[in-house]
Amino acid sequence: MSLSRRNLLGLEGVSAEEITTILDTAESLKEISYRPIRKVPTLRGKTIVHFFYEASTRTRTSFELAAKRLSGDTVSLSASTSSLTKGETLIDTAKNLLAMSPDCIVMRHSQSGAPHLLAKHIPISIINAGDGAHEHPSQGLLDMLTIRQAKGHLDGLKVSIIGDITHSRVARSDLIGLTTMGSEVTFYGPRTLIPPAADTLGAKVATCMEEAVEDADVIIMLRVQQERLTDVLFPTLREYAQRFGLGMKQMRAAKKDVVVMHPGPINRGVEMSPEVADGPWSLILDQVANGVAVRMALLYLLIGPEAA
Amino acid sequence: MSAPRPILLKGGRLLCPASGLDKKGDLLLAKGRVEAVGSKIDPPKSAKVIDCSGKVVAPGFIDLHVHLREPGQEYKETIASGTAAAAAGGFTAVCCMPNTDPVNDSAAVTEQILERAAKAGSARVYPVGAITPGLAGKALTQMAELKDAGCVAVSDDGHPVSDSRLLRRAMEYASGFDIPVVCHSEEKSLSAGGAMHEGPTSTRLGLPGIPAQAEVIAVERDLALAGLTGARVHICHISCAGSVEALRRAKEAGWAVSGETAPHYLALCDEDVGEYDTHRKMNPPLRSAADREAVRRGLAEGIIDAVATDHAPHSVLEKELEFGLAAFGVTGLETALGIILELVNEGLMSLSQAIERLTASPARILGLPGGSLAKGGPADVCVFDPAAPWVVEPEAMLSMSKNTAFAGRTLPGRAVLTIRGGKVTHQAKE
Repeated sequence: MSLSRRNLLGLEGVSAEEITTILDTAESLKEISYRPIRKVPTLRGKTIVHFFYEASTRTRTSFELAAKRLSGDTVSLSASTSSLTKGETLIDTAKNLLAMSPDCIVMRHSQSGAPHLLAKHIPISIINAGDGAHEHPSQGLLDMLTIRQAKGHLDGLKVSIIGDITHSRVARSDLIGLTTMGSEVTFYGPRTLIPPAADTLGAKVATCMEEAVEDADVIIMLRVQQERLTDVLFPTLREYAQRFGLGMKQMRAAKKDVVVMHPGPINRGVEMSPEVADGPWSLILDQVANGVAVRMALLYLLIGPEAA
Repeated sequence: MSAPRPILLKGGRLLCPASGLDKKGDLLLAKGRVEAVGSKIDPPKSAKVIDCSGKVVAPGFIDLHVHLREPGQEYKETIASGTAAAAAGGFTAVCCMPNTDPVNDSAAVTEQILERAAKAGSARVYPVGAITPGLAGKALTQMAELKDAGCVAVSDDGHPVSDSRLLRRAMEYASGFDIPVVCHSEEKSLSAGGAMHEGPTSTRLGLPGIPAQAEVIAVERDLALAGLTGARVHICHISCAGSVEALRRAKEAGWAVSGETAPHYLALCDEDVGEYDTHRKMNPPLRSAADREAVRRGLAEGIIDAVATDHAPHSVLEKELEFGLAAFGVTGLETALGIILELVNEGLMSLSQAIERLTASPARILGLPGGSLAKGGPADVCVFDPAAPWVVEPEAMLSMSKNTAFAGRTLPGRAVLTIRGGKVTHQAKE
């Protein structure tokens, strides 16, 4: 199996066949994480730079583990150690990195489109690990892998994504990936956190929590950034939890076989009550485990021995 | 300095919307003035005769809105390079906005700009002074002194005067000296943090949006204050339907108001931001396709009076960045005519109407000389070929900065000869 692309900048433009290839590859690589010696030599001699201009312990750890389990060499560069804080431009930094001959740059950046800029200027594989409020494709893929494992398929499902849609790159990547695979996505959240043109992205927008929850096969709750409070996007965490949080009351109205996900870290008691987060519906820890597998698959497909 | 040789422009289509002239003929320029207009003029002995058959001979274009970046940001543009770019685009006069460093908020800065312009020479430069010192929106500049020093209007372009009471005072004070107030209309609390027009494309790209209402609210306010004060008020860079509608109503009310738009709002829309193209990032941003249509109609109907380029040069230092961090602004002097010829070819308006928006109309708005081929007026002329397609190549442009929104676009025609005060300031290579 291989992909006919060098970069993964987002799930926009990625075909259903490509997504299936990535998920199938992740499925086959997943067992490596459960061996006594969790390492294969696939990426021996390859160098992966983890370039995180924005802090993210989870995603970076997941990418690092993925690279290491495939025997890739990894270098980590974060905002505090990078020259970006010294006035160097992104392109300059990238060219400097390129001069050290890496095979792949995994990039997290606070600005939407930053990986696209990098991809225009340097000719090696770039994986977007989250850019601004745009996309987080590996998260979208791990969410799809998790759903596929739970439901057996990705087509014909009703998936509700609830919370801060406007600022969520996860919501965009989930929406694009899931609709590509034939599912229907509904957004719900405070009107201040739903982008004005959400419908043009191909999502339905629910008018109340009940509507968002009732028919859903999958509910994905998004993290509330508490700093949004100072942006006056919603009045209090208390009201947010009451109106937009997922608790036992909502779960009783939901389908029996519904599954619940969250990209983490959870604000317990805000977007989810502890009973829900730890309940039988919750796939949150499966998401984390699948994250490593999906990222192994991406590295394998983009820079592995059979890469285009 | 000796007077330039007389120039006889022979056999072109003489097109002067100001005087209603549109016929084939000759134009004689001497001593810096239009000496004669006629169907056939015999050249004086010393005259340089230029064959203009197949070309249009129009008044030199007047740009109400450019940024020449000097003093202070000479790595982006200088008065010399900016006026050279103007000449290459057929412009013989440009009004330069005060957001230089230092800000043009005193006679000393105005005089410095005019001195350098006199040396650079490729176009007439009309400085626009600031409304408030340092563009800080706190107090009034010495507008009478600015006018005496050579400013033709006042504007805090780039920054709206957010304090409505202060803007009212500015309009009242300026109107006492017959100084037009040029408004950058933007409700900052609504546009704050935005990088592009708020709509489906900003949603798809995950970029913070600037709703059209951030402009409309401010245009409505600025026009309302024009009605209150009776001042001459000109609205900059109109980009959306709501602003056109507001201007239409203000004109119907009989207020002394006018407006401009820029070529990029006529030719592009928010979808053209594509994959984070920072050369399509400007303020106000490229709006929806429906807004673009409204602006085009508004221009054709004369509700929007003029096309100004808002020529805003930025170096790669400001543009080769993440979209959200890149500077707002694009160049425009060298592509404006081509974009306007596209509109003519599409049947939106006649060539005469189009040229009026670049000549007579801007001259009228700020009371500038030129904009006409009438005998006795300044010998400012643009000769252009309306049917000589060319491809926009940033590297070939005369502006020091290459941040055009039209790289690679084939435009239908271009200026071949620009004459300012009877002297050739630009001649296209054959």
